[in-house]
Amino acid sequence: MAFFEQLGILAVTPGMVVMWLIGLTLIYLAVSREYEPLLLLPIGFGVLVANLPLTGLMSPGEGLIWRFYHYGVEWEVIPPLIFLGLGAHTDFGPLLSQPRLIFLGAAAQGGVYLTFFASQAFGFTLQESATIGIIGGADGPTTIFLAAQLAPHLLGACAVAAYSYMALVPIIQPPIMRLLTTEQERKIRMKKARKVTAREKLLFPLAATLVIVLLVPASAPLIAMFMLGNLFRESKVVERLTDTAQNALMNIVTIFLGLTVGATMSADAFLRGDVIFIFVLGLVAFAVSTACGVLLAKLMNLFTSDKINPLVGAAGVSAVPMAARVAHKMGAEADKKNYLLMFAMGPNLSGVIGTVIAAGIFLTMLG
Amino acid sequence: MAEEVLAPLAGKVLSVAVAVGAIVEEDDELLVLEAMKMETVVYAPADGTVLAIQAQVGHQVEEDGPLMTID
Repeated sequence: MAFFEQLGILAVTPGMVVMWLIGLTLIYLAVSREYEPLLLLPIGFGVLVANLPLTGLMSPGEGLIWRFYHYGVEWEVIPPLIFLGLGAHTDFGPLLSQPRLIFLGAAAQGGVYLTFFASQAFGFTLQESATIGIIGGADGPTTIFLAAQLAPHLLGACAVAAYSYMALVPIIQPPIMRLLTTEQERKIRMKKARKVTAREKLLFPLAATLVIVLLVPASAPLIAMFMLGNLFRESKVVERLTDTAQNALMNIVTIFLGLTVGATMSADAFLRGDVIFIFVLGLVAFAVSTACGVLLAKLMNLFTSDKINPLVGAAGVSAVPMAARVAHKMGAEADKKNYLLMFAMGPNLSGVIGTVIAAGIFLTMLG
Repeated sequence: MAEEVLAPLAGKVLSVAVAVGAIVEEDDELLVLEAMKMETVVYAPADGTVLAIQAQVGHQVEEDGPLMTID
């Protein structure tokens, strides 16, 4: 009889079957549609195996994936390592050549804060609300970092919402951008930015670390690793480390991150009424952030003769570089000789930093 | 008057649509650049004849780097 009691198939619950379908859907989206496949594929598989009965994979203290989760995510190791790789990939030149566009990246955090208040109105706790709001920053690792500390039970849902909306940037953003801009504004060609020197790029990670960490110490784990990766890159003397941070290390931690995030989505944690709200509120956060970036660009145009194309404001959400590409494509639709890509990268990069700072502020106030 | 076509952004030259001696009209497609994993088309700034092509397929160009000369 013991054999039959240990037979997994007899312990399957309907909730598990629903989760299998969700896991398989994520795998399908990753494979067939190539929606963020590097993440959705391991996440989808994580969802699937975590919802097989009697495996103990997520049993605290003993399960294999629980260990990945505990030491990788709960101990805040993996998201900062992802940021190390992102830093090594990032060229801050577009941001440094037009520093005024930094404000657009800051404005696009508007959705984060608005959704924070909206979520409370829907009955979420302060910590849960902050975690849901940060989805509006459209930054996966930051969302996971904050969720692990403030609301671990929402981690899976928030991470999947953040990565899904990042993949859906080209669908979600254009209608909002079109609604808020005129044809004339979309045609604005921006003045050539000044050239940024190698020395400026080298000094930036050092200066940014000092300023941001002194102001918002709780953002240090992400900012410090982000800027270290960037320092590797811009120093040009540690090619090997830059390469490892960009590729090998990034790939390794991506595997663990994806699998564990998926595995946090057990049927009882995920199949609850409020998860629907998380997805809806996350989408609102993202849409409001897009609108805030566009609107601030229009506001800035009232006070300057050197006009900003408001489309680049939408790139202030941090989905790099998808949001910048969307701004570029919409600019080219209005005027095919309008090349906005590099201008949009400025707000895009400052959006990443803005989201990390927002997460740091939430941690300081609520952690 | 010869006019230089400059790269609107830094990127890799993916393909060149015209050959030296070709007659182009303003807004004709000249070449395709790839930047941030996205293809960007460069169009002719004016009517004219392609005098020289500096862009080489597969090579990286800097922003404002010369791509071709049109007369």
